[in-house]
Amino acid sequence: MTEGVLSQEWEQSFDEIFDGAVDETNPPVKLFEKAYDGAVIATSYAEILLNQAIRRYGPDKPVGYPDTGYYLPVIRALSGEAVEKLGDLPPILNRMRNQIREELNFHNARLCGEAAAYSAEIIEALRYLDGARPHVEPWTGFLGDPVVRRYGILLVDWTIPGQAVIMGKGKSSEDVGKLVMDLQAKGFMIFLCNQAIEQAIEAGCKLGIDFIAFPIGNFTQVIHAVNYALRAGIAFGGIPPGERDNTRDYQRRRVRAFVLQLGEIDEVQVAAHFAAIFLGFPVITDQDLPEDEQIPNWYVSHPNYEDLLQVAMEIRGIKLKIVDIPIPITVGPAFEGEVIRKGDMRVEFGGSKTTAFELVESVSEDEIEDGKIEVVGPEIDETEEGSALPLGIMVKIFGRKMQEDFESVLERRIHYLINYGEGLWHMAQRDTIWMRISKDAAEKGFKIRDFGELLVAKFKDEFPSIVDRVQVTLITDAEKVEQELERAREFYSARDERLRGLTDESVEEFYSCILCQSFAPNHCCVVTPERLGLCGAVSWLDGKAAYEIDPSGPNRPIKKEGLIDEDKGIWESVNEYVYQNTNRMIEECSMYSFMDRPMTSCGCFECIMAIVPEANGVMITTREYGGDTPVGMTFSTLAGSVGGGVQTPGFMGHGRAYVLSRKFISADGGLARVVWMPKELKDSLGDELRQRAEEEGLGADFVEKIADETVGTSAEEILPFLEEKGHPAMSLEPLM
Amino acid sequence: MSEGKKKVDNRRTIDPAALAVIDKNTANGQIETAYERYVNMQPQCNFGRTGVCCRICLQGPCRITKKSSKGICGAHGYTIVARNLIRAISGGTGAHADHSRHMLYALMEVLEGKAPDYSVEDSEKLKRVAGKLGLEVEGKEDNELLEAVLQQAISDFSKVTTEPCKWLETNVVPERMEVFDRCNIQPRSVHTTIAETMGATHMGVDADPVNLIFQGLKTSLCDYICMHIGTDLSDILFGTPKPVYTEANFGVIDPEMVNIAVHGHNPLLSEMIVRVARDMKEEAEAAGAKGVKCMGICCTGNEVLMRQGVPVLTNFLSQELPMMTGAMDAMVVDVQCIMPGVKAVSECSNTRIVTTMAHSKIPGSYHVDFSEEHAVAKAREVVNLAIEAYKERQGNEIDIPDVKNKVTAGFSLEAIEDVLSAVNADEPIKVITDAVDSGQLRGVALFAGCNNLRVTHDNSQITIMKELAKNNVLMVATGCAAGSAAKLGLLNAEAVEKYAGEGLKEFLDTLNEANKDKLKEKLPLIFHMGSCVDNTRAYDLTTALARQWDVDVPKVPFVASAPEAMSEKAVSIGSWCVTLGVPTHVGVVPEVTGSALVDGVALQIAEDVYGGYFMWEEDPEKAVEKILAALDERAWKLKVHKQTAEKYETELSTGW
Repeated sequence: MTEGVLSQEWEQSFDEIFDGAVDETNPPVKLFEKAYDGAVIATSYAEILLNQAIRRYGPDKPVGYPDTGYYLPVIRALSGEAVEKLGDLPPILNRMRNQIREELNFHNARLCGEAAAYSAEIIEALRYLDGARPHVEPWTGFLGDPVVRRYGILLVDWTIPGQAVIMGKGKSSEDVGKLVMDLQAKGFMIFLCNQAIEQAIEAGCKLGIDFIAFPIGNFTQVIHAVNYALRAGIAFGGIPPGERDNTRDYQRRRVRAFVLQLGEIDEVQVAAHFAAIFLGFPVITDQDLPEDEQIPNWYVSHPNYEDLLQVAMEIRGIKLKIVDIPIPITVGPAFEGEVIRKGDMRVEFGGSKTTAFELVESVSEDEIEDGKIEVVGPEIDETEEGSALPLGIMVKIFGRKMQEDFESVLERRIHYLINYGEGLWHMAQRDTIWMRISKDAAEKGFKIRDFGELLVAKFKDEFPSIVDRVQVTLITDAEKVEQELERAREFYSARDERLRGLTDESVEEFYSCILCQSFAPNHCCVVTPERLGLCGAVSWLDGKAAYEIDPSGPNRPIKKEGLIDEDKGIWESVNEYVYQNTNRMIEECSMYSFMDRPMTSCGCFECIMAIVPEANGVMITTREYGGDTPVGMTFSTLAGSVGGGVQTPGFMGHGRAYVLSRKFISADGGLARVVWMPKELKDSLGDELRQRAEEEGLGADFVEKIADETVGTSAEEILPFLEEKGHPAMSLEPLM
Repeated sequence: MSEGKKKVDNRRTIDPAALAVIDKNTANGQIETAYERYVNMQPQCNFGRTGVCCRICLQGPCRITKKSSKGICGAHGYTIVARNLIRAISGGTGAHADHSRHMLYALMEVLEGKAPDYSVEDSEKLKRVAGKLGLEVEGKEDNELLEAVLQQAISDFSKVTTEPCKWLETNVVPERMEVFDRCNIQPRSVHTTIAETMGATHMGVDADPVNLIFQGLKTSLCDYICMHIGTDLSDILFGTPKPVYTEANFGVIDPEMVNIAVHGHNPLLSEMIVRVARDMKEEAEAAGAKGVKCMGICCTGNEVLMRQGVPVLTNFLSQELPMMTGAMDAMVVDVQCIMPGVKAVSECSNTRIVTTMAHSKIPGSYHVDFSEEHAVAKAREVVNLAIEAYKERQGNEIDIPDVKNKVTAGFSLEAIEDVLSAVNADEPIKVITDAVDSGQLRGVALFAGCNNLRVTHDNSQITIMKELAKNNVLMVATGCAAGSAAKLGLLNAEAVEKYAGEGLKEFLDTLNEANKDKLKEKLPLIFHMGSCVDNTRAYDLTTALARQWDVDVPKVPFVASAPEAMSEKAVSIGSWCVTLGVPTHVGVVPEVTGSALVDGVALQIAEDVYGGYFMWEEDPEKAVEKILAALDERAWKLKVHKQTAEKYETELSTGW
């Protein structure tokens, strides 16, 4: 298999990667002419709309997309301008108009593509004037930064293997449906533009932000696939805005997008295709094009739908590890966010209606029969529609490198693995789980037994070096569930006991996490027992397990040596490791302070904390909370200054669970400093937060002293509240 | 060029009456008509046909070839094609402005008491028009109201300020106005815009094809404005059409009558001729005739058909042929689509060709200087010329093909709503939207436009109409497309039995049943909505459908088709159809294919911006497929969008 578009390297200029792509004796002039015509149309149309908007609203009218800190991302990423008002745009558009050249060649066609991309970004931005929301669900239009952050990491670390941009109208709804479902099963991020959207809807595809399948809209709305990808480059790649070649290189290497153009092609679409090529993304069309209207590896005609995706992946250089699971539903991360409403549910388990739990147990070689799956109690077809069954999921695992400590790591994966199943839904953990099987899944023949098939296959696939054998027992018999639950609870409390003993002081080493260096090369996480990774997904135990699975992987042990500052948590060995692993950018790093040399961020943080000087404390905002905060910035805006491996004292990204840690900014005063957080975070931390407050001697009512958005979203609004409640931060020693 | 190499003969019509006359003429080898001139013209110039011939400056003509890829001034093919195209739009708009302005002058003279032979015939329509324009109607005298309406029309014709033109603003859905604002194609007024277009297309002004096209679309909106004004004013002056019953084709000529054909586009003179002809029975009898019979050609014919039930003689392309029956005594013409060739034919047939308008004359023909002030007297002068001719033709050979078909016409939008309200009095338009939603109807199609010898006369219109009928498309027609349908028997109830699919039949049956006490005869297969200037009536139907569905026009399953488009007016009408959100089939590839860019904008990208788009298709069978596909696409999308909105509990998506 070829490396497709990745086969070429460059030294001076990114455009070197296109050298030799076109047969100079028979160049596809017709294709270039279409790109030229399309760029003329796009820039002329953008000019008409832009200057008319300036006539209507004036040059000072603010322009921008909602929920983003990246201005107009295409322009921001490629040329660095921070466009804020309409009057900023004419010089930019004029520069693009000026790069449209009449000579028809590949280089000029790509410049036409770039001009078309700028034009489309301008045309689209004008649709969002005055806070307009031009789309209704499931159409998305522009995707805000929260969505970029939610999936961007997965995209650039290749958990999501690539980004498919489907434009146009396919031969039939059925064909488009198959294509979309195939992409979803393979875990792709999908952008749909034009009638392919209605076709996919008609074919019953699950679309929307939760399914990583974005119906962005029509025509120039295709640019929202591009501005999504480009933001991932700035946010996670740490590529400074305006570094055009580096931006494109990152896109080509990390984003792995390709365009599938279905149906008739117009001139503007061809220009858009060349915008994709300009960024390093190939275009594959179902139209039958003559040889001299194609460019090998870049603009390829492939009318056969059967292997269209296969061909696209080869050209893009995407190789997939396919796990074949013998169950009647599709399994892929696209379905992780799928919600099954009561009306669509065939049967449910747990969720306070019945007893349900899950347990992963490490066993010895002779206690396990590999691949055995047993259902004890009624199967799905023995239940009423819409009823609730008790459930015990008991997974036995044997592995030569398996350790007791990994049980909880693997157990937590059950949540994800089950949610990946189309028509399956899983919530919470241990004995608080709540699960549903949809009617659709049941109709396709999904059985309770199939949970076992799914878990056996996935555990072996994801953890090949620690999992050798898997056996699953699924208990739906009420009495047996209660019996086994007793046993499970013993495991849980034993684990909790062990975890309580697991403190930063009690271990010999921390673990690094450089998983995100694929896209954020200057960032290195240090994960300790009491400070999980800022993404919330990597605990110290995870790091340890991952190291066992792959000793040359992204998690490595860092021995605690050469203590420099106990309070702030600074060690020589940690500093050295971080320095070496951040391209020598970060010299020192503290574990327990956000004011002094705080840990950097890749961009995946669940929360961001920021100093509120007026209150002598900190506020915390979350990815889920889109509103304003007392520091006058939204999560998105804050994220822009915190991510990309930069140390910004007073600001820091972190995981949600870190708030509950004993080591939570312990050098700066700890939990007592927290003056504001979104209500949702307060509620979800709940009793555990109260308990922590008591342990800290702040009193159980401390939680009530923390302001939230219902109190106010500015320092002026929350200060009276804090004073009235007697918030302890007010009387702590000054932060600054 | 392929056509030039093929053998082309002059039997390019499917109208049996026309064909009989052509064949006889061929046998006699005497008179040259359009059918022969077309043959002699082959091969036609391919540079002109594809739009890449530029004659705008005196350095030219320039044309785009492989060797010379630009004009001498450096104009790209796309600039040349776009300029030629929008000059054609401007020409069409000029013609309609001309027509409507004449209506305006006439009504002004009525107000000033200078046109004693005319009066406001339909004061209800006057009130409706005034009300729609937002004028105070209550307690106003007709004259006061008319004055106000005319002032508004004058403003739309000529104002130089930027507020929206009233006839546009009040007749389209607000979403359309927003699109026009955004794209900067909101016209100041009809006349300023035509002038702008001529200025912008002068040598060395606008070279940007998109900018030129947008200017063209702006001009086409002016076409819509003045057409709508023309129709409204005609209705006020002569009455809003109601169902009428008559006959069509050469068989309506009665050798024993003084036969007068009215031809052209304007009802001002033709209405008077028809009126005077009735009064001049005695004079005719004195000359030995049974009386005076009027009949219509082209759109003047449609005007008097719609309001007076005057029989249809023929449509545009065959306008020269009735004279060759030997029984046409006069052909009185006003403006537009009058072939100068009629004069030569009349020389052999003793027919008086009478031109009547100061800016529309033919050398060698009679010219009666028509004026509103002396309308009846001028009309009498014309009829007298015909009576003279009748006397002279006695003893000449007469050969009238025995072809005629029954016609039911007169379907203004008001008349259609009246028919629908027998089923649903509160929401008449819902009768149609329900039928489309339920699948009984596949959508609605407008047939408009002319005849064009590049395709076989009447063949494209009739073939497509029959096929759409079979496929349960509700059809309305105007102009010479309606003429084809009238002549060849599609405008009557028998055609429903012969050609309609089950759904369309059921739909019309329901209406017939509900209207059985009101209508003299059952409804026809196609609703004739008037002359070509009345195409805005059909667009008003589109707007009504959009409002009923509560969507913008690009979501409405409505298609316009001009299977045999010919005139610049057809170009401007097609352009506003697209700008106003309607997929538009044109059965004769227009002169734009020399630029892939302009062609691509017309066929595809226009849809992204405005919702409407063009389909060029000369083969009527393939055109049927494309039209049905366009209707199905919209019905399908509307369905998917509705289901999606229900599922997500949102408003309907505004995308198209």
